[in-house]
Amino acid sequence: MLTCKQASKLISQSLDRRLSWAELLQLKLHLMICLACYRFKKQLSRLRIAVQNIRTNIENDSTITLPLDAKTRMIDHIKSDQTSQ
Amino acid sequence: MHSNLNDWLNEHGDYLYRFALARLKDTHQAEDAVQETMLAAIKNNSFEGDSAVRTWLTGILKHKIIDMQRKLMREQPVSDLIDLEASNESMDDFFDKTGHWLDRPQSFDMPDHALEQSQFLSILDACMQKLPLKLKAIFMLRDVDEMDNENICKELDITTTNAWVMLYRARMGLRKCLEMHWIKG
Repeated sequence: MLTCKQASKLISQSLDRRLSWAELLQLKLHLMICLACYRFKKQLSRLRIAVQNIRTNIENDSTITLPLDAKTRMIDHIKSDQTSQ
Repeated sequence: MHSNLNDWLNEHGDYLYRFALARLKDTHQAEDAVQETMLAAIKNNSFEGDSAVRTWLTGILKHKIIDMQRKLMREQPVSDLIDLEASNESMDDFFDKTGHWLDRPQSFDMPDHALEQSQFLSILDACMQKLPLKLKAIFMLRDVDEMDNENICKELDITTTNAWVMLYRARMGLRKCLEMHWIKG
């Protein structure tokens, strides 16, 4: 029987690799009787969706712009880089 | 070439900056990534007319972001590395000696209301910022950007086992942080 520690590790790894049949079976048995790990599994999949939502929110947020001073600095930097060659 | 630079920055600068910010979570690093991209674009000038300028620039930026993540991984202080190694084995802050949860995970549902949802996401965002640099770097590539594991290991020069352990650690830390700071209504 898996401990919660072992089960949580497998739950995390199931997002990164294909678990073996034996691992899957053990995990399934554990999840049938353990509410905490069942919640943990749900938490991880929700986390993933949520962090990707954050990513797309930033990507689509037109109020976030490249600061003007950064732009000027970049142009200066690149020009000096060009002339120094 | 310089007139190109102005055009690129005016037309795609904001887009590239947001793309970098969404992945690096740091305004200065995001600016640096855009600057590096512009430098590389001007130097290589490998642009081929059949792909859109934005796609081409984004492709360069992706590599610059990975370069920066790799650098972050390497610059991690040695003490942090030792901490990480030690905690790989024990995970003492999460489980007792018999492998049971110290704090049993609670159910957190993604809130339905727009306002609550944006609060939830901003707490999660803050939690992400607080992850140790090394864990943040790999988590951003894997869970946020959905890069495949094999490439991550190649790019960051780590073993797959190491990657699994670090991702496990990052996810455990994040959900714990979220549980502590997100109080359900």
